[in-house]
Amino acid sequence: MDAISGPAIAAAEPQSARRVMTPPSRFGDRAFEWLTLAMAMAVVVLVILLGWELCRGSSPAIRKFGFHFLTTSTWDPVAEQFGALPFIYGTLVSSLIALLLAVPLSIATAAYLTELAPLWIRQPLVSLIEMLAAIPSVILGLWGIFVMIPWLRDYPFPLLKRVFGWTPFFTGPIYGTSMLAGGIIIAIMILPIITSVSREILRSVPNLQREAAYALGATRWEVTRIAVLSYAKKGLFGAVILGLGRALGETMAVTMVIGNTPQIAASLFKPGYTLASVIANEFTEATTDLYLQALFEIGLVLLGTTILANLLAQALLQTMSTTSTTRAVQ
Amino acid sequence: MVNLLMANPDPTVAERVERDTEPAPSPEHAPLYTFQVKNLSVWYGEKRAIDDVTLHIASNAVTAIIGPSGCGKSTFLRCLNRMHELVPKTRVEGTVLLQGDDLYSNSVDPAIVRRRVGMVFQKSNPFPTMSIGENVVIGLRLNGVRNQKFLNERLEKSLRMAALWDEVKDDLHKPGTSLSGGQQQRLCIARALAVEPEVILMDEPCSALDPIATAKIEELIHELKAQYTIVTVTHNMQQAGRVSDYTAFFYLGRLIEFGPTTKIFTNPSQRQTEDYITGRFG
Repeated sequence: MDAISGPAIAAAEPQSARRVMTPPSRFGDRAFEWLTLAMAMAVVVLVILLGWELCRGSSPAIRKFGFHFLTTSTWDPVAEQFGALPFIYGTLVSSLIALLLAVPLSIATAAYLTELAPLWIRQPLVSLIEMLAAIPSVILGLWGIFVMIPWLRDYPFPLLKRVFGWTPFFTGPIYGTSMLAGGIIIAIMILPIITSVSREILRSVPNLQREAAYALGATRWEVTRIAVLSYAKKGLFGAVILGLGRALGETMAVTMVIGNTPQIAASLFKPGYTLASVIANEFTEATTDLYLQALFEIGLVLLGTTILANLLAQALLQTMSTTSTTRAVQ
Repeated sequence: MVNLLMANPDPTVAERVERDTEPAPSPEHAPLYTFQVKNLSVWYGEKRAIDDVTLHIASNAVTAIIGPSGCGKSTFLRCLNRMHELVPKTRVEGTVLLQGDDLYSNSVDPAIVRRRVGMVFQKSNPFPTMSIGENVVIGLRLNGVRNQKFLNERLEKSLRMAALWDEVKDDLHKPGTSLSGGQQQRLCIARALAVEPEVILMDEPCSALDPIATAKIEELIHELKAQYTIVTVTHNMQQAGRVSDYTAFFYLGRLIEFGPTTKIFTNPSQRQTEDYITGRFG
């Protein structure tokens, strides 16, 4: 459009527009707004209902045992004595082992995939890792029982005992099914999620950051360290938290390899039990009302633990972002 | 003119230039050229980005590389510190000598090349997790320097050279990204200077800056050439005219014309150069 006809058309526009266009109906917009609001609220309502239902189902047990439920370790359905401490301990320790194993492995894998791997390796490796996430939990559990546990019992566990036997963590008889085996199976299960989230985060680091480091004569490892990982550390922490969320709630595969014994033992070779596992295992056998209510309360504790872990992580993230920038040269 | 070197396939042009060109400098003027680029060609996969460029870059002078987008000027600049290798499937032919050392010889580690040839980018890119001070000395740290006194001295010296010291000396602990755009770009210059390179490459260093910040960087380039050889890519013709001593005009991967900036801008010998400089295309 040239400059001369421009204003003429612009002047004609309002009239013709008024003739052709009817004012837009606000109804569609409103309906859309209400619909999306309803969807969003449904999620909130669902969570509230869930919490309320758990509270209601467990309230007689809460009244009977009070705070002791969280601090005692007797789990005796026959005598109707219920203490959740071994399960809380088992959940936390197995998740911690899982994180210790999975986080370095996942972040290293993600760094390799984004920074170092030749292009022809990347896509197959990414697909493989995503496939790992698609393996049903129960299949992984079976593999754990028939393949992983015998192998762990014969090779790595005796080695650990020989090398680290002087610490309380690797003592006692080796059965195979153990807290450590539970932690390892959880690590395998959370590996894909941490890896793929970390990979997305590392990929989002601007290339200009990498170039800045390369231009200073940094090697590939130095570039990854000073430009990529440090730029991405908040995001990577988020990826770890996602993994932790999964780890805490992981049920089936853990149940199959952890040994399901409610005890608190320092040695990681001893069997343990997790909150999720006890619910899965004992729900069908819960014959008395109190037993059932105690299991409800276990569910409530699991929910609480997950929420607490997330809140703690968010608080950590906050302090991380305020302190990381204040380190000075001088 | 000593530094007038051309690479043009047109034989009549080449002849004419030959007549204008004085004999090559004698060895006693040895460090006259920082870079000697001979018959450089670069491919990205199948695409030829640089086509047989021969160009000698004078020491302690500012050489500007101009040309329309996609003409290969950035690629050429990146060949001077082997940064183009970060792009997969690139291939280079020809030689690039830095003070006589072949940058592309098999025994040369690209990391070492980049320590000798510093670089400043189109957009400022300080490391956001590091303070201003850490940003400046990170290059030295990577080189294994641990002596705090030395680091502090070099920190101040580099920031002074980058004309940033007075503005940030009380805020060295603040994050590098807390500075304004122009300050961040000068911080990046200080970061490049801290490792004392022999050359500084600048890839459109002012393209994201406002006129005042641009003026400061240009002034800085002018001051730095006393100690450094500077090669800068720019889209801004006026800037090339203001800051550079020599100008190279690239078009479609070829070096069309190279010479003293005054000559290129007032009396270019190539029609294409004249058309580009006068704004008829590009």
